[in-house]
Amino acid sequence: MFSDKVGPVIGPLMGYEVLSAFFLEAGFLGVMLFGRERVGEKLHFLATLIVAIGTLFSAFWILSANSWMQTPAGYGVNAAGQFTPVDWWAVIFNPSFPYRLTHMVLAAYLTTAFVVGAVGAWHLLRDRKNPAARVMFSMAMWMTVLVTPLQIAAGDAHGLNTLEHQPAKVMAMEGHYQSHPHGAPLILFGVPNSVGRRIDFAVEVPKLSSLILKHDLNAPLAGLDTIPLDRQPPVAIVFWSFRIMVGLGVAMLGLGLCSLWARLRRRLYDAPWLHRAAVAMGPAGFAAVPAGWLTTEAGRQPYTVYGLLTTARSVSPIAATAVGASLIAFIVVYFTLFGAGAFYILRLMNTPPRPHEPELSPDEPIRAGGLLPAMAMDAAGALSPTDGGARP
Amino acid sequence: MTVNLPFIWAGLIAFAVLAYVILDGFDLGVGIIFPFLKGEAHRDEMMNSVAPVWDGNETWLVMGGGGLMAVFPLAFAIIMPALYAPIIVMLLGLIFRGVAFEFRWKTRRGQFLWDWAFAGGSTAAAFAQGIALGALVQGIPVAGRAYAGGWWDWLTPFSLLTGRALVVGYALLGAGWLIWKTEHHVQDRARAMALWLAPATLALIGVVSVWTPFLNAAYWRRWFAWPNVLLTAPVPFLVGVAAVVLMRGLIKRREASPFLASQALFVLCFVGLGVSFYPHIVPNSVTIWQAAAPARSLAFLLVGASVLIPLILAYTAYSYWVFRGKVNVAGGYHR
Repeated sequence: MFSDKVGPVIGPLMGYEVLSAFFLEAGFLGVMLFGRERVGEKLHFLATLIVAIGTLFSAFWILSANSWMQTPAGYGVNAAGQFTPVDWWAVIFNPSFPYRLTHMVLAAYLTTAFVVGAVGAWHLLRDRKNPAARVMFSMAMWMTVLVTPLQIAAGDAHGLNTLEHQPAKVMAMEGHYQSHPHGAPLILFGVPNSVGRRIDFAVEVPKLSSLILKHDLNAPLAGLDTIPLDRQPPVAIVFWSFRIMVGLGVAMLGLGLCSLWARLRRRLYDAPWLHRAAVAMGPAGFAAVPAGWLTTEAGRQPYTVYGLLTTARSVSPIAATAVGASLIAFIVVYFTLFGAGAFYILRLMNTPPRPHEPELSPDEPIRAGGLLPAMAMDAAGALSPTDGGARP
Repeated sequence: MTVNLPFIWAGLIAFAVLAYVILDGFDLGVGIIFPFLKGEAHRDEMMNSVAPVWDGNETWLVMGGGGLMAVFPLAFAIIMPALYAPIIVMLLGLIFRGVAFEFRWKTRRGQFLWDWAFAGGSTAAAFAQGIALGALVQGIPVAGRAYAGGWWDWLTPFSLLTGRALVVGYALLGAGWLIWKTEHHVQDRARAMALWLAPATLALIGVVSVWTPFLNAAYWRRWFAWPNVLLTAPVPFLVGVAAVVLMRGLIKRREASPFLASQALFVLCFVGLGVSFYPHIVPNSVTIWQAAAPARSLAFLLVGASVLIPLILAYTAYSYWVFRGKVNVAGGYHR
């Protein structure tokens, strides 16, 4: 049902995602993986940039599609009940899109920074002289210092945008069951009670929520009591996942500031406590990103297209048992394969970085996955006649 | 008259699906016959022969599926629920065989597990695709704008037949590919397998072709009514030509013609399906014009597609050209 109704609008956005990801990522990922030694430093760097740009295109289109469902714009509705595009510019650059794109792209960079930082820190803990580990750790910590504050600012702007377009989601994030006519408190912690419609054991700062959301201590802030019950998102999920995301964000900022302090005291490579903290924070992005998505996706319930199409009316005519069975199958398969993948990746990360290390193990096949001409000619021509001369 | 956008898009999606079948078909086929060749070095050789191209090949499936949702959203909304089970099985199979390419080289002790993932995943994906095809050919009941059939409708004697036919057919493509791209033991074994896969494929094509017109009166009319028959008669005739070239190539130990003739069989079968389906996109329920998204959606995506698809085709063709010649055991390619 959903794809029939929404396909004319978000289908082409996803179509562009496929085309641009297909072309740029698949085309140049092979070059990137092929390694520097075959194509030369400059071409390898160019290919890496193109993969990055292709991935950003991918993010652009897929987040545009998601944002349109959150804040639909530029559409009409035809006789068959389908949403139809009226103004593509308005569809693509819908109100929440710039905020969501910025927030997600920064999140992706931060996730990577923490993984790289953790691997660098892991090897510094064993050998604080390893130059490659030093570069990894230093670059990752600079990234953390610079990008985490940007991300917090972007998150704040995204939140204000959500308040404007999806106020019920912000009410659930804040845990505001009740309206606060004279300034709303910021609930730091508590347990949402969906029966009593209140936050139990709340630890709160008076009026701070009004200050953050309205930039005025006494600004009135509406609560979920102004929203019909069947139009409210599930408060507990949104409340908790939002706090996990924000908590991890604060921890990221903390680690960044600690690294800056250690760097200023010239002890960046000489602070095992900092390295241990960085190792512990390695998966932080992998936890924060899903927590953020859970906040925004659970927070837009009960709609798929916000305010227009409910989730219940989007459902396809598939038996619940079939959906359940396939979901379980995917969970089992993903856990098995990600388990194996995580094992191989961790084993790879455990190997200390060295300069001029081989890019491929000798018994691994050449992978092209789409080719760049110069690289491909190099691979086909230079490889075998000299008895694997290009192979380390 | 304005440009007939739904017709152009139906052609593009059909092209993406055909590109998927002839490209991914042979690398799935290599997976299907994988267990029948023993010896680590020989298996490395088989896997290396498709390693540079398989993931580009598979992306055509994403293009076909994604394109279907973008330009024929009604068809997507009907076909996905109708074929839910086989599509899920296909995806799981593709996941297993895809990761096998990466993980197989990371372990020695666990290698047999990834061998099984590669072979099992390839076979399951091919079988599920064949079942989905059979279920589509049978026709899909629609009420209003939704699938109106049952959860088990895809499982019939006919769809089981098409499932088996596609597994055997892909295996033939895989064997043909190995005859072309390998030497010595692997080539000999592939040829021996092709010598019974080829007649089996031809027999299955025959059974499916004879059965199909009896499934639905509309198919019968499209194939046999005057003057359509003038246009459709060349299809079975060309199948006969391809069959002769295939068998001659195998018996005379040719290197390329078995693969190319098997691919020709697949193209002709695809054309045959097109004859049966057109102008429906959901057989006998929804036409391409009924399912098409508004012109503004079709035109918007066509701009990007008409620039990017030729580019993708160009570099795909180029990568096959670069990796021409035989594969050797060490994984490098030599001319």
